[in-house]
Amino acid sequence: MAATGKKIMVTVRKAPHGSIYVQESIEVMFIFATYDMDLSVVFMDDGVLALQTGQDTKQLGTKGFMASLGALVDWEVTKVYVDRQSLKERNIPEGSIQPIGKDDDSGAPIRPKVLDSIEIATMMATQHSIVSF
Amino acid sequence: MTHTGDLLTTGENMKLSVLVLEGPYNHEASDSAYNFIQAALDKGHAIRGIFFYDDGVYNATKLMDPPQDDRHISKRWSELGARGIDMIVCVAAAKRRGITDEVLVPNIRISGLGQLATLIDESDRLVTFGD
Repeated sequence: MAATGKKIMVTVRKAPHGSIYVQESIEVMFIFATYDMDLSVVFMDDGVLALQTGQDTKQLGTKGFMASLGALVDWEVTKVYVDRQSLKERNIPEGSIQPIGKDDDSGAPIRPKVLDSIEIATMMATQHSIVSF
Repeated sequence: MTHTGDLLTTGENMKLSVLVLEGPYNHEASDSAYNFIQAALDKGHAIRGIFFYDDGVYNATKLMDPPQDDRHISKRWSELGARGIDMIVCVAAAKRRGITDEVLVPNIRISGLGQLATLIDESDRLVTFGD
């Protein structure tokens, strides 16, 4: 087992549904969360489209990833961030993005934390590795 | 360029791992990954391992049979494996695409995503090649 607490970041940069990238990036998050890593996740560029609520893949005939996304906190993937500029460029309101879990006590939805690009860049500079999807 | 923490300063020899997310022949990612690895080895860097994920698992099939004047991508990977580089195909991605032990080229093995975590942990850098 990798057990060194190294800082690993997964970036999600592609639009969902057109390729399997978003779905597989979430699989990677789940697996990495079971290892002793300091895991963080950033949705940026077209990847922020994965955080739009109300997505339904039934008519696409694919399983979709929305349920997995909503279970990230349950899987202890808690450091989840989204790039403010990417949201803004795509006209997605910051307050309406898809929750990644619920607060244990209050039941309130937990959403990815919106950060400025410069804050994300600073985080990136301190990572051991970045896995880019 | 200097980095914080345990990261190395560029110029030193590094231990690298590579993640390949696209299949052969359609996207350039697989060729770029191969060329990058050759260049890194030539410069004296070590390759800890190569992980094939998503359509990247198609890189490992011995069933491919390209025209003779074209590169044989899985054979190339197999030759890298013969040099002792750990070559891993993701089991879940492989099962979806019919990539089994029976169709693998020599020197590549099937294993889980946890192996990617281990590769990252044991390398100075992970370099991802995708679309």
